[in-house]
Amino acid sequence: RAVVTSIVFGKNKRVLFWYDRELHDVLKSSSHVFCMTNCPTLIVMVGLPARGKTYISKKLTRYLNWIGVPTKEFNVGQYRRDLVKTYKSFEFFLPDNEEGLKIRKQCALAALNDVQQYLSEENGHVAVFDATNTTRERRETIFRFGEENGYKTFFVESVCVDPEVIAANIVQVKLGSPDYVDCSNDEATEDFMKRIECYKNTYEMLDETLDKDLSYIKIMDVGRSYLVNRVMDHIQSRIVYYLMNIHVTPRSIYLCRHGESELNLKGRIGGDTGLSFRGKEFAKSLAQFINEQNIKDLKVWTSQMKRTIQTAEALGVPYEQWKVLNEIDAGVCEEMTYEEIQENYPLEFALRDQDKYRYRYPKGESYEDLVQRLEPVIMELERQENVLVICHQAVMRCLLAYFLDKTAEQLPYLKCPLHSVLKLTPVAYGCKVESIFLNIEAVNTHRDKPEVGQHI
Amino acid sequence: MAASPARELTQNPLQKIWEPYNNGLPAKHSAQRGVCMTNCPTLIVMVGLPARGKTYISKKLTRYLNWIGVPTKEFNVGQYRRDLVKTYKSFEFFLPDNEEGLKIRKQCALAALNDVQQYLSEENGHVAVFDATNTTRERRETIFRFGEENGYKTFFVESVCVDPEVIAANIVQVKLGSPDYVDCSNDEATEDFMKRIECYKNTYEMLDETLDKDLSYIKIMDVGRSYLVNRVMDHIQSRIVYYLMNIHVTPRSIYLCRHGESELNLKGRIGGDTGLSFRGKEFAKSLAQFINEQNIKDLKVWTSQMKRTIQTAEALGVPYEQWKVLNEIDAGVCEEMTYEEIQENYPLEFALRDQDKYRYRYPKGESYEDLVQRLEPVIMELERQENVLVICHQAVMRCLLAYFLDKTAEQLPYLKCPLHSVLKLTPVAYGCKVESIFLNIEAVNTHRDKPEVGQVNDQNNE
Repeated sequence: RAVVTSIVFGKNKRVLFWYDRELHDVLKSSSHVFCMTNCPTLIVMVGLPARGKTYISKKLTRYLNWIGVPTKEFNVGQYRRDLVKTYKSFEFFLPDNEEGLKIRKQCALAALNDVQQYLSEENGHVAVFDATNTTRERRETIFRFGEENGYKTFFVESVCVDPEVIAANIVQVKLGSPDYVDCSNDEATEDFMKRIECYKNTYEMLDETLDKDLSYIKIMDVGRSYLVNRVMDHIQSRIVYYLMNIHVTPRSIYLCRHGESELNLKGRIGGDTGLSFRGKEFAKSLAQFINEQNIKDLKVWTSQMKRTIQTAEALGVPYEQWKVLNEIDAGVCEEMTYEEIQENYPLEFALRDQDKYRYRYPKGESYEDLVQRLEPVIMELERQENVLVICHQAVMRCLLAYFLDKTAEQLPYLKCPLHSVLKLTPVAYGCKVESIFLNIEAVNTHRDKPEVGQHI
Repeated sequence: MAASPARELTQNPLQKIWEPYNNGLPAKHSAQRGVCMTNCPTLIVMVGLPARGKTYISKKLTRYLNWIGVPTKEFNVGQYRRDLVKTYKSFEFFLPDNEEGLKIRKQCALAALNDVQQYLSEENGHVAVFDATNTTRERRETIFRFGEENGYKTFFVESVCVDPEVIAANIVQVKLGSPDYVDCSNDEATEDFMKRIECYKNTYEMLDETLDKDLSYIKIMDVGRSYLVNRVMDHIQSRIVYYLMNIHVTPRSIYLCRHGESELNLKGRIGGDTGLSFRGKEFAKSLAQFINEQNIKDLKVWTSQMKRTIQTAEALGVPYEQWKVLNEIDAGVCEEMTYEEIQENYPLEFALRDQDKYRYRYPKGESYEDLVQRLEPVIMELERQENVLVICHQAVMRCLLAYFLDKTAEQLPYLKCPLHSVLKLTPVAYGCKVESIFLNIEAVNTHRDKPEVGQVNDQNNE
């Protein structure tokens, strides 16, 4: 082991590195975020068509990426669509269609090949293998593939017999599928129901006895109950917790910032001041807007900073204060203008523009830190139904990035102007966004990413 | 409905929480997340044959919920029975046809439920854990109705285990030492207890996926190999399920210590991010030696992201993980001050802190209460892990220690966590064995006791 001669601070992330005099190199002592995965994890979806597998795959992938676990989903149906350009009918899926079986197996193997590429060569941590995987034989093949490559395999099965749920799924995500682009809704539904039948006879559910040595979660009736078997590590535990908290009840999430504050007016960041005159006008406007929306059982959350609480007060309804919704801590730069920061801390200023997501203010926080502390908010938002979150610019960017699946590079530059409300409504596999500007002027606090070489 | 005119806000001087007030009085219109997780009280009902870990789970869950700020109390019906029937004779008390026994046991259950009602409806308890076998559907229906009548949400926790080794180990751990068997030999106690279990088996009706499909419950199978979770209704039930799914009973030890003495420690200053003093570095070497001698299997080492804990870990020569949430309490405007300077520059703050050290939040800083919230993921991961050494800080270590030793919010900020000492915590029976090892390198004393009423605390209490 190399000789430790001194400890220096890594400027960008404010973590310690130790300097190896032998190697003349700075080596990081360990990862600066909790290392959740030692070996890669292969998540394998299981279930008949229209049971929510792709919905779960995409949502889980989005969540894991947001908390910092590199994750990618591999949808075998998409591989099939890329290979077989035109979908004709359910007959492709008949259990005795040799040609169909051959192509489907080919697609599964191509997808597994890409999984291997992602996990073993591209530093992916989690791969979500989204296919029906309804036979024990197929699952054994995948499990062996995982073992050979040193992956931990975790199965996620969705079991549902409620015809209403299945019909709703078909309407939400199947009718608009590329497979049915030239069909009427009735034709598409009829064909899809026959497609499901093709799988039913050979479906072998995960079994408490036969599969007792596998790690899995069986989700029943869209989350009414769960069977969880042999959770092996931290990441599987987090995945189970997440899957047990999500639901599909229609609802909307409203995100906005506090009204314009006194410090906003002065172009200063951070602090804990009250609302300006226009900020108070916004609060009244927000109250009116919320009333007009006529939202059922709306929960209102704020941070513990005066400006969000003042904004909530105008609504005249109960609200909950969350300390973790407080604005990013700018440490020594609190209450400065950007000009003052550039003047007094030119190096910090430059570093921040280089990597705004990972940059941590001296004695403060980074966006990366924010995401970690906001995770319980996201978890509770998943549990809740209609919620209005009155927060701050950096905080709102983090929450928005989760719902809209934005990368760490995009997140710190998302536009979250004062006096606008974003209404997010889950639809199909994603989120519909409506932006409502409440017509009270405010300063603009947004800074775009400067172009290389340009000093703002 | 027109929005009412916005009320004025005032910042509570102790917790630095902005609250609305009317006519000079605080008005109740907001709630603090972390405190208000439960709208209506929750009644947790344990289910299972004897020696399936019900009391272990009850006590552990109660400890966890109280630590995260949810007032919780457990009610062990066996204890009520011991209080009523002074001497335990034999398993025959539990025979299903023992009329006298049945009568007493029902009486105890009702007495316990009565106390549950007192706790939840009159004493501001949020969660009550009803610890008894509750092995018949009839008994569970009685309790469920009791819950409904009182406006409680009922959540069942069933522990199912058929592994004879596990049951034998449970009997050795917690039954042989029970007051019931104080005058018996181990063999006599074991034999009697096995017969006691038999008394319940014939009438045991497990929670059933079909018959009990409308109940909220978690069924724990084989000490956590698998779980069946049904109808989780709210946030607190979701947290309870998550916790129960992360705990285990594999023997292991948790080592807690602070960083070695730091430069700022030497100057009597709080907070900051300095390196180790000479003695601090000696401690780090001592710690490395101690850890080596302990010969711990697969030890994980965790530090904060502050230089002094990392420097300490570096001396161990093993991989370690840095957690930002293990950073010392943020003293805000008081960072790097001495207590004298704080008292001089912020006399009101200084006095407030001594009044309620747990809830007191430094201006632009944190409180112990905030610390507990941010340390919760650490506790959750410590539960998942086996052998771990956590190198942290005074306030952080107090919070973690309070969790393991079931200390109250009042006791927590005054727990003694001196520099250069390692605490070794080993779960045993229903609690935790603590061994304190001073590594024989002198250091300053950073501990301040709670001042007596009327006494103004000055200087350091060496």
